[in-house]
Amino acid sequence: MRPDMQEKILSIIAREAAMEPTEVRPDMTLDELGLDSLGLVEMIFAIEETFGVSVPFNANEPTQSEFDISSVGSIVRAVERLISGPQAALA
Amino acid sequence: MTQRRVVITGAGTVNALAPDVKGTFAAMAEGRCGIGALDFADVERLTIRIGAQVRDFAPEVHFDKGKLSFFDRFTQFALVAARQAMAQAGLAREPGDPTRWGAIIGTAGGGNATVNEAYRAVYAEGKNRVHPFTVPRLMGNAAASHVSMEFGLMGPSFAVATACASSNHALGLAFQMIRSGMADGMLAGGAESMLNFGGLKAWEGLRVMSPDGCRPFAAGRNGMVQGEGAGIFVLESFESAQARGAEILAEIKGFAMTSDASDIVMPSREGAARAMRGALADAGITPEAIGYVNAHGTGTAANDKTEAAALADIFGDRLSQVPVSSTKAMHGHCIGATGAIELLACLMALNEGVIAPTLGYDAPDPDCPLDVVPGIARAARVETVMTNAFAFGGLNAVLILSKQ
Repeated sequence: MRPDMQEKILSIIAREAAMEPTEVRPDMTLDELGLDSLGLVEMIFAIEETFGVSVPFNANEPTQSEFDISSVGSIVRAVERLISGPQAALA
Repeated sequence: MTQRRVVITGAGTVNALAPDVKGTFAAMAEGRCGIGALDFADVERLTIRIGAQVRDFAPEVHFDKGKLSFFDRFTQFALVAARQAMAQAGLAREPGDPTRWGAIIGTAGGGNATVNEAYRAVYAEGKNRVHPFTVPRLMGNAAASHVSMEFGLMGPSFAVATACASSNHALGLAFQMIRSGMADGMLAGGAESMLNFGGLKAWEGLRVMSPDGCRPFAAGRNGMVQGEGAGIFVLESFESAQARGAEILAEIKGFAMTSDASDIVMPSREGAARAMRGALADAGITPEAIGYVNAHGTGTAANDKTEAAALADIFGDRLSQVPVSSTKAMHGHCIGATGAIELLACLMALNEGVIAPTLGYDAPDPDCPLDVVPGIARAARVETVMTNAFAFGGLNAVLILSKQ
């Protein structure tokens, strides 16, 4: 992944968590970020808008989704897969 | 069972005339018109291009950014008005038991601006997604819910949707709940914001809008003009207001609601008269006690003629001696919020001794033989007022208020 893309994702996560991008570490969980379910939905929306992708995520089954939200690092990797994957063209 | 007396101890508003009650009183007293050219995306594609739009309203002054993404414009208006009302009532939050306070907010369009934006995104701009909070923003109860959350009101809260009568129904229900002992206090009123391309396009289709101005009860009237805004009031029992030493702005004396059960848009003389008669009976007074009527007075051919006939049924020979004004020519028809904004004209008549005028009265209409207080506000001692709201769908709601 290009570093500027990773930076963009981190800045989206930081903005939704009301933190400085420098405070966000890859190992942090949503709980540690203080993101509630609505904050998460807003973050996903911002990612979709920024990168022109569709994030497969259902709030009823947050852990069952193909989009791994267990940590900041996993979110970054999931976005990376979406951007390079075939469905990016469909979004 | 003895019924409790119910009083108003706080008032708040945002409307095209002013962002507060004081400014609205001043505008009404000087007969200022808040109607002008509409300003929003695609307005050039509308046939009707005038309205009473709230100008210079900066949401970020009132709300922090995180919360703002949950607030449609109608909710923003409701919250700002509710804060003003609570401040005037001298309350940071409800006094006493929070489970006995609630919020009833009338609205016809709910989050209409949010609907408009979402449709624009998916239909016009070809986007495949809308903001994730589109639903919580657009739902009709959003304003009532956010008012309850802001002040920690844990009793009965809900939205009332009776088109142009929504505010009067909301205020009337809040009044009845406190009077009967179901609740101790309520934030009640209405909020509306449909001044956007989609909202106005829908209204245009009905062919009831004026292209050039609102002239209630006048011979030259040719339709309604839309407005937007909110009016919210603190209602509480007389005892609690007295115990707190709160200033009482008015006592709500009576309320009645009726249904025409006849037509989805045409008003009924009988239904309107029955609502007025019912409110008088509920207040335990005769028509002679009424010193001012704030009319529904939309400026459409049908409403004004029908309302005048219904008023004649109530006041009989005395009709021409009762000042009857419609303030819609100033703040526009604010639909679900209109009754609440018009209640301010009632408070001004009771407390300031000033009757707000009917603007745009170019010539009398023989079908509307009323003293409409044309053009210029009038000084008068008014003890008791009646305020009418007659909605599309034939739903009528009339309130009667007195000086305390």
